[in-house]
Amino acid sequence: MNVVNASGWKPSMGEGGTSGDAVTASGDRGLMLEEPLIFELAGEPTTGVDFEHCELEPIAALDKHLRKAPLALPGLSEGETVRHYTRLSRQNYAIDLGPFPLGSCTMKHNPRLNEKVARLPGFADLHPLQPGDTIRGALEVINELAFWLIDLTGMSGVAMSPKAGAHGELCGVLCIRAALEAKGDAREVLLVPESAHGTNPATAAFAGYRVENIPATAEGRVDLDALKARLGPDVAGVMITNPNTCGLFERDMKAISDAVHAAGGYVYCDGANFNAIVGKVRPGDLGVDAMHINLHKTFSTPHGGGGPGSGPVVLSEALCPYGPLPFTAKTADGIVHLVEEDNAAEFDHKQAFGRMVAFHGQMGMFTRALAYILSHGADGLRQVAEDAVLNANYILRSCEDLLDAPFGQSGPCMHEALFSDASLAEHFSTLDIAKGLIDEGFHPMTVYFPLVVRGAMLVEPTETESKKGLDRFIASLRHVAQRARDGDEALHDAPHFAPRRRLDETQAARKPVLTWKPAAED
Amino acid sequence: MPRYFTEDHEWIDVEGDVGTVGITDYAQSQLGDITYVELPSEGTDVTKGDSVSVVDSVKAASDVYTPVSGSVTAANAALADEPELVNTDAEETGWLYRIAISDSSELEPLMDRKAYDAYVAGL
Repeated sequence: MNVVNASGWKPSMGEGGTSGDAVTASGDRGLMLEEPLIFELAGEPTTGVDFEHCELEPIAALDKHLRKAPLALPGLSEGETVRHYTRLSRQNYAIDLGPFPLGSCTMKHNPRLNEKVARLPGFADLHPLQPGDTIRGALEVINELAFWLIDLTGMSGVAMSPKAGAHGELCGVLCIRAALEAKGDAREVLLVPESAHGTNPATAAFAGYRVENIPATAEGRVDLDALKARLGPDVAGVMITNPNTCGLFERDMKAISDAVHAAGGYVYCDGANFNAIVGKVRPGDLGVDAMHINLHKTFSTPHGGGGPGSGPVVLSEALCPYGPLPFTAKTADGIVHLVEEDNAAEFDHKQAFGRMVAFHGQMGMFTRALAYILSHGADGLRQVAEDAVLNANYILRSCEDLLDAPFGQSGPCMHEALFSDASLAEHFSTLDIAKGLIDEGFHPMTVYFPLVVRGAMLVEPTETESKKGLDRFIASLRHVAQRARDGDEALHDAPHFAPRRRLDETQAARKPVLTWKPAAED
Repeated sequence: MPRYFTEDHEWIDVEGDVGTVGITDYAQSQLGDITYVELPSEGTDVTKGDSVSVVDSVKAASDVYTPVSGSVTAANAALADEPELVNTDAEETGWLYRIAISDSSELEPLMDRKAYDAYVAGL
């Protein structure tokens, strides 16, 4: 067992929060701070800003919409507001505090070099409506990043503007729809395998397609025969996640693409798990027509509350003509242009299906992602994939004697290790393991997903965890797993040491309280 | 009144040409605490195998496939406020919807209680 926290607060000193033998007047416990809601903090309505008094005539057109009572804002000073959120943040968990092993989320370290580059005033202080001549450097960054994304995926073009993974999925599916409609061959069905990301069927439905499931084989991959059997003139295409949510590479990807293309459909690949194959496999070589890339996953831009996300979509030659505006293009004179509605014809792009966003995309993420790519180089990116896969396999093989690994026999996993609840004692669940890990000081893994595995636990360590860090996580996971196998009842009440004990998730889902209301006056 | 079961863990009680459909106790035990049930509207025409209802739990959202074709005649309004009825009484008061069965021959391939229990034991 690793000895950590040798000199700090220890569980033996008593529980966090306000319980325990010593009671303080503040409710705080040393420097472990309790914090009320911001509305509960508010006293007299005040403002932290000294506005000059001015009389304005109400705009007549607003009429009955004019506000008659003051807004119920908390009214804190700047200092109080900063303290409130900083105190809350101390009860939070973040990638800067420890591993964040959420499967399919690729929560990796955000290099500080990215942050330095993104804060350069030439990038950070731009306005999206500035004249093109004043933002050539920024356009050059977008164009250079586009070049890398196209090159790394072996595709023909890229739509840079989508704002996150699911937005990218929608963009890709709308390209497929536009391509089919241009041929006068609008189709109705998108096939989605069981091992795909949960957002895929939602995207397909949102884009107006009927979703049909394709089952997985016993080893956790797409059932190629079942897929082939379903293809036909009504099938617009398939949305496939590769590597999939069982942590496995879809070995039949090329055969799947060939079959879909032969039936007149297109192949969408969910690239959320690109981290496992970047620099090793080019999806374009596997027949993929569209794939989003989560810059906030593979390319290390902030993620999980720190965002925003960014989900450029690489496109095959067949789909490129339908890609959305705007995009960047470099002319022979070396100047990078922004191609929009008014100049699309000059760049021979007349069939764009439309726009995904008003402006250019997530510029702050583009600078960070390009900084990451250029600081790693092609060889470094290849090593990212190799180390991510090695780390996941290390966890898989280090825990499979205690936790059931349903696809452990399907060969090495990719970027994530998948376990089920099969080895736990009766009445112990995946949720107990997750809560136990919180007591151990880790953010839990992804739980109950993918649905094809009962009580799934999906662990993605990423390449940025050291061997020492992985060993600490493994020791904790094994300890909690052993407690669940032994039937340690205390695990049902975990977490014991977090700022809050086990919350009633069922009640939160059934009767969510989403807005604060003042307590009723007696 | 005969009760039939599907491999997707729905049950259907048949009385004349009207069926009452729900999910089995085994299904609710696998889903965990149910948080919301999306029900079909009255008058909806459905075809055997269509996804007609969605059961949300703390773990997952699961489709319910109608075991027979027909027209929906009623939905269990009590589930709007008490989705937990599906947990506590899946095979009685936790029913989902009633359906006017258009083709009773669709019942023939379904399982009876004994066959369903054996099927679940083999999972």
